[in-house]
Amino acid sequence: MTTTTGVAAATGAVGSAHTRVEGRDKVTGAARYSGEVPFAGLTHGWLVLSTVARGRILSVEAGPVLAMPGVLTVLHHGNAPHVETDYLGMLGRPNPIVGLFQHDRVPFAGWPVALVVAETSEQAREAAEALVVQYDGEPHDVAFHSGRSDAYTPQDTPMVRAETEKGNLEAQLGSSAVVVDAEYTTPEEHHNPLEPHAATARWDGGRLDVIDSNQGSSWVASELAQLFSLAPASVRVRSEHVGGAFGSKGLSPHQVAAVMATTVLRRPVRVVLTRRQMFSLIGYRSPTAQRIRLGADADGRLRAFDHQAHSLTSSVHEFVESSAVLGRVMYDADAHHTLHRIVRLDVPTPTWMRAPGEAPGSFALESALDELAEKCGIDPIALRVRNEPETGPVSGLPFSSRNLLACFEEGARRFGWADRDPRPGLRREGRWLLGTGTAAATYPSGVGPSTAAVTAEADGTFTVRINAADIGTGARTAMVLVAADALEVGPDRVRVRIADSDLGPAMIAGGSTGTRSWAWAVTLAAKELRERLSPGGGIPPEGITARSNTAGAIGALTEQERHSFGAQFAEVAVDVDTGEVRVRRLLGIYAAGTIVNPLTARSQFIGGMTWGLSMALHEEAIRDLASGGHVGADLAGYHFASNADVPLIEADWVEDPVPGDPVGIKGIGEIGIVGVAAAIANAVWHATGVRHRELPIRPDRVLRAADEARRRATGGARSA
Amino acid sequence: MTPSTSSAITLNINGEKYTLPVDHRTTLLDALRERLDLTGSKKGCDQGQCGACTVLLDGRRAVSCLQLAVAAEGREITTIEGVADGERLHPMQQAFLDLDGFQCGYCTPGQICSAIAVIEEHAAGWPSAATDDVRPEAGVPALDAEEIRERMSGNLCRCGAYVSIVQAIAQAAEAAGTQAKEAAA
Repeated sequence: MTTTTGVAAATGAVGSAHTRVEGRDKVTGAARYSGEVPFAGLTHGWLVLSTVARGRILSVEAGPVLAMPGVLTVLHHGNAPHVETDYLGMLGRPNPIVGLFQHDRVPFAGWPVALVVAETSEQAREAAEALVVQYDGEPHDVAFHSGRSDAYTPQDTPMVRAETEKGNLEAQLGSSAVVVDAEYTTPEEHHNPLEPHAATARWDGGRLDVIDSNQGSSWVASELAQLFSLAPASVRVRSEHVGGAFGSKGLSPHQVAAVMATTVLRRPVRVVLTRRQMFSLIGYRSPTAQRIRLGADADGRLRAFDHQAHSLTSSVHEFVESSAVLGRVMYDADAHHTLHRIVRLDVPTPTWMRAPGEAPGSFALESALDELAEKCGIDPIALRVRNEPETGPVSGLPFSSRNLLACFEEGARRFGWADRDPRPGLRREGRWLLGTGTAAATYPSGVGPSTAAVTAEADGTFTVRINAADIGTGARTAMVLVAADALEVGPDRVRVRIADSDLGPAMIAGGSTGTRSWAWAVTLAAKELRERLSPGGGIPPEGITARSNTAGAIGALTEQERHSFGAQFAEVAVDVDTGEVRVRRLLGIYAAGTIVNPLTARSQFIGGMTWGLSMALHEEAIRDLASGGHVGADLAGYHFASNADVPLIEADWVEDPVPGDPVGIKGIGEIGIVGVAAAIANAVWHATGVRHRELPIRPDRVLRAADEARRRATGGARSA
Repeated sequence: MTPSTSSAITLNINGEKYTLPVDHRTTLLDALRERLDLTGSKKGCDQGQCGACTVLLDGRRAVSCLQLAVAAEGREITTIEGVADGERLHPMQQAFLDLDGFQCGYCTPGQICSAIAVIEEHAAGWPSAATDDVRPEAGVPALDAEEIRERMSGNLCRCGAYVSIVQAIAQAAEAAGTQAKEAAA
């Protein structure tokens, strides 16, 4: 009675736990990251960043620095080679920050103004710190809030549709029995991968060879070729091991600086960003201010849905944090409106950061749903069941698969949700008030064209070549498993080569698209190879290679709503004396298509949930209005969750077949974070009876909110 | 006479002696990574906040980015490259590998060096902020998840692998405890 479909059942490698194929190298220190590959004659570049938030460079006083020991050159706008930034790359126009040293304008604090190159890193660093740069400073404006009169609705792009609208919102709100109207804010957040961005560049026999830390070496190679007006084939980018990325590792000033300097000096140049420099050079998540209005019948059925999300961008480049996209997938209503607004400030350009849009958007939306459940007097999960749409609320398209309710059902059972008393502020354990909360999660399941090659070697093994990036996801291991099943051999007979632009173009590791995109290409090449291998036929010494390109197959995909879904559950304890919030447990249940490697997938889900916890309680970059720069731009000033902040977190998944889908894999990089901050905020409400609509939920906010709630309860006669 | 800005020093690393001239500004971490090609110790922040550069100095954990190379002369330095027994992984390395106690792997050498020291510190009876009763007569507290989390909080992991890091350390600690008992018997 069993039916086997596609590759998944062939040998059972997919779906069974495998430790990482590069794991031994990582636990022994043998794995070399991008700043760790030795080169003879290596030189060291150190970036110098602007100390003013707006203005013009008057002079770069390179003379004294050039006289310092070991200093080889100082590159700045007065002497830098031309860099071409007028082109359309894979993700649109390049961020002008990669047009390194091309003019004297300074658009924000921490803008790169010079590169010092020296024989040793100590010499480069000292010279960079000694370099005097004179500025003509101008008044700057870095203050973000939702009420700004200069906010505007951005144009639609292939990445973000700015606004969607149907029905008469005000009329539906007016005739709703229950209305929630609230504003939520999230702060500026930074990726902070543990490995700082690093690139080593050199000219090697007429080719530019770059060892870099990035999320897609085909992508970075193509951008560098355009920036330096080189033939695409003359640029090679490799990124064997990447120490975390989370959206921040695309094209950044460090690669451009290294290529520029090696072109000038004709010696290998390594540029490594300092932790502090990362705060202004590699992007970050914009702060958001979001207003949500929900109108519902007394039983919770939505009549009106409105999500308006404000974020910021720089004065030189537009980026939209797409926080309002969730409602287009999650909830339908008779009147439905989603809108993004942005404001240009004298700050660095934000960028994609783990679950861009969905992470801050879900804090607002899934908190508002909880407020609606409270007002309607119904269970938060029942509210979501009541509003489960048949088709895409905005598109009207069918879902490829949507097993959100199965996630809630399984999660509720395992979390013990049925025993929950919905009333807030009732459970106390010594100084601690206890509460539980839940939230829904979703993230798109995207895909991008990729090429792959699979070779049957003469010794009976197979070599897979796919330009994937393993940024900690377990991509290498996943591709071994996918190829093993497609070839119907054991994983021990499969070798995978990744992270080298010479392997041919493939999708980046980003937006939860990597595994789905690469697996598709590898499967097609493996199938083609099997057809060409004759039973009992010999294999020549050079092997037999089959290649694939998924561009055509992707173009033929039917239009559907393709997303992962999940249900998040949190239990918190709130210290009534100190205001500290401790998360006691988290549970996430996901419907995310085929799970390739349960061992690494669980790690990735839990990693995302850890991000959600960190976002809920800790992360917040503080911008100083006076200087326009950050306060505490380091890992002490910017705290993300440490080991002691993180309790036992469990993640699991439900069956989620995707009928008719040629891959069945949805991608899991982002969904773990989505909804977690809302589940925690909802649990804090359940514990204390106070809603927290500003992240992070800091102790001072908890104490102040409790104080205000007490004053309201006693008539508000006395002030502190 | 201009004072010299460099010195020839001898470092004892993983049981081997390395003699090299160093710029006095060179940190132990940079000496390892840039001069001796021992790149297993990682640089995550270069200011003692992340723990990725953790090594063992005379058996105790230390962040090598805050240690000048010239000051490490005469001390016994153990880096991630030196914790395995030849081809045989240290039980802590094996536990991290088996239980997936890492993702990108960049914080991992520091986590493992730190974890090895945690087991020693705990066995020596050192309390932590998570220890309920710190009186000497209370004895060694159990190395439970809360103790491990507290003792490992100097090592940041941005991928969010803490849950399996704690499980890996607990497993390695249990194996070490069993071994110690067997050795004593």
